[in-house]
Amino acid sequence: MPLSVLAVDDSRTMREMLRLALTDAGFDVSLADDGEHGLEVLQGVTPNVIITDINMPVMDGFGFIEGVRRSTEHRVTPILVLTTESATDLKMRAKNAGATGWIVKPFDKDKLIDAIKRVAA
Amino acid sequence: MDSMADIKQTFFQECDDLLGELESGLLDMESGEGDSETVAAIFRAVHSIKGGAGAFGLDKLVAFAHIFETTLDEVRADRLEATPDVLSVLLRSSDVLADLVGAAQKDEELGEERTAGLVGELSAFVGASADASEEPAAVGEDIAFAPLGMDFDLDDAIGDLDGPEDTQCYTIKFRPQPELYANGNETVLLMRNLADLGEMQVACDESKIPTLDELDPEGAYLAWTITMHTSHSESELLEVFEFVEGDCELEISLDEAPSDTTESDLVDNEATPTGEEVATTDVEGASASAEDEVANKDNVVQLAEQKDKQKPAAAAKASTEKDTSDATIRVNLGRIDRLVNLVGELVINQAMLTQGVIDAGLERGDSVESGLEELKQLTREIQESVMAIRAQPVKALFQRMSRIVREAARATKKSVHLVMEGEMTEVDKTVVERLADPLTHMIRNAVDHGLETAEERIANGKPAEGTVSLTAAHRSGRVVIEVSDDGAGINRERVKKIALEKGLISPDEQLSDSEVDNLLFMPGFSTVDKVSNLSGRGVGMDVVKRAIQAVGGKISISSKPGKGSTFSISLPLTLAILDGMVVEVADQTLVVPLTAIVETLKPTPSDIHELGAGAKVISIRGEFIPVIDAGRSMGYRNEPVDPLHGVVLSVETEDGARAAVIVDTIQDQRQVVIKSLEENFGHVASVAAATILGDGRIALILDVDSIIAREGSARLFHETNLAATG
Repeated sequence: MPLSVLAVDDSRTMREMLRLALTDAGFDVSLADDGEHGLEVLQGVTPNVIITDINMPVMDGFGFIEGVRRSTEHRVTPILVLTTESATDLKMRAKNAGATGWIVKPFDKDKLIDAIKRVAA
Repeated sequence: MDSMADIKQTFFQECDDLLGELESGLLDMESGEGDSETVAAIFRAVHSIKGGAGAFGLDKLVAFAHIFETTLDEVRADRLEATPDVLSVLLRSSDVLADLVGAAQKDEELGEERTAGLVGELSAFVGASADASEEPAAVGEDIAFAPLGMDFDLDDAIGDLDGPEDTQCYTIKFRPQPELYANGNETVLLMRNLADLGEMQVACDESKIPTLDELDPEGAYLAWTITMHTSHSESELLEVFEFVEGDCELEISLDEAPSDTTESDLVDNEATPTGEEVATTDVEGASASAEDEVANKDNVVQLAEQKDKQKPAAAAKASTEKDTSDATIRVNLGRIDRLVNLVGELVINQAMLTQGVIDAGLERGDSVESGLEELKQLTREIQESVMAIRAQPVKALFQRMSRIVREAARATKKSVHLVMEGEMTEVDKTVVERLADPLTHMIRNAVDHGLETAEERIANGKPAEGTVSLTAAHRSGRVVIEVSDDGAGINRERVKKIALEKGLISPDEQLSDSEVDNLLFMPGFSTVDKVSNLSGRGVGMDVVKRAIQAVGGKISISSKPGKGSTFSISLPLTLAILDGMVVEVADQTLVVPLTAIVETLKPTPSDIHELGAGAKVISIRGEFIPVIDAGRSMGYRNEPVDPLHGVVLSVETEDGARAAVIVDTIQDQRQVVIKSLEENFGHVASVAAATILGDGRIALILDVDSIIAREGSARLFHETNLAATG
């Protein structure tokens, strides 16, 4: 069974890049446009790892992570925050919301894969 | 790499959308309609452009987007007030950002001078902390490709160079807190990652495990002591624990002993606390708060479960619908055009089939007939759906115009406010694209020639700021786009004088106001004596008119002295198919566009009135309308037909001129595929295009406007003019 990943990002470009990088690495990829959409998608899929952007419309990454942690199905699914924000306080906020780890955009493909494997059970 | 090129394409498309959002957001703020969500959306737009640009190494774009974003962040955080001055800089920055995106797309470099000034202005808003010397460093940090915390490849390589024999011994004490697990981290994975860095022995401390009745299933009771021989540095070991920092007690110490430590030493970790303490995480009080949090989470989970039960069906539906992320797909335009062409052929084919069935003399009510009727419906629906694919809102086009207004206002030192309406009105993509140039010219004209200077405006009791409005709307099967200004209106005396000087009119010609206004569209007419650097680029309104006509549109003008002028462009919804009335005139089959026809009627003798030699008018509900014989107008016959023997098509042009066109009979009303004559043959007066009928014959499509214009509806009563145009 290949690892499955849900990537949540409001940028079409970023979603496409993630899709390319992750499918190339042999992962099953689901995509969502924002936090709310991400939570909807999670009602239908059970990814091994979730990757999410922080700054998104409708529902941002913090809200999304909190939503995931509140769910029964995904409360311990690893969540990697993928964001251009490298500021420490944002990382801490993400962590307090329940994020497992973080990757700073623009991402290097191999390191993205490494990070996913690092947290994927 | 092909896929990367595709994604880059996606990026530029997304940039277009984001730039549009950015600009409309800034304009909303400018008009006072913006709220905090507007600011957030603007910030996100620039932020996303920066993010994507970074991924493709578009450094100049990233650098500018960064300082732009930083300034927007100040606005977002209420540290910088969005005053008109600030907004003006932000708007100009959005223009430059658009230029940078455009340049990047074309693999070009944008001159430093375009950005330098704005970078200075933006930096000034951000304050002293963002002075020029600090900026490049900050940008460099953000565009670095190495993700923070993942950046150990290089160190790995150096470590390997050092050779495996150069190892040291570390003792790692690791006690996870409940949050570590709650956040989705996993001890076994951390151990696995650690094991990649060297040889290690792990001892598990189970002493804190309580009795079963006291055990919290979400508690963290185990601790580990790891002794490892590794060539990696302490900081690299720490990186393994990067994500769990703050969620565990962690202590890494370097064992001073040589690397050939025996295994017994390794297990007896309490005996080797000699190394320096590299990192200890402050976890005071963490356990208590963690328990609270776990308790809270349990409550929330129950709530969430209840909520989930209430809407499982809806949720399942939503997930299947949105599962594949985007609700849109990108399709090569060539494919759509092929589809449009095929649908055109289908329409012709369906018409031919109908004709064939009629010719075969099938009985009425035959199943073939009803089948054909259904086919006709379906064909129409397919055609409409295909046209809808090509339809695009004019929003993007309009937004480009706001920039044109800003630039024109700056160049002419006028203060101009642009009002846009109906941006979501959809028009065929080709039409939208081909409108950009004429619309740009019209907008520049409105600012440059239409609006007065601030001093003149104030003197005339108008607000110093001029208004240019750009509106789009669907009106009776066409799209009407209007550019209006609240300026001085057309100076008709001056227009006449210039037209006289240029020999466009004769001195004794009596012209109505509307005819004077329309002189602007005549080739070779330019109201500006000196060529201004803005609108007067040797291109007159005649070029605008031709560009509009090329997409099947019409342009008209109306003006009120002192109140302003309105240029109105009327466009067909599609360039491929039109609804037409098939008529017969002097044994020729013609098609009259349905959009032009107001009504059809059989006149009675009392309706017809003679006006001088040969000219007739018809009275329709008390209104006198000039009669035009289509057969004579097209040169099919010399003697005008008696209106009483034909059918009257009451037609109206875009600018409201009406005429009664006499045809012999009406055959049918149907969709016809437009086949351009100009492309294949040449321009023919009074003929808009041609089409192929169901029986394979070719029929000409009448250009009602040009027939009325040629007949000179306003001057119809002058026999001399009739002769001149006939």
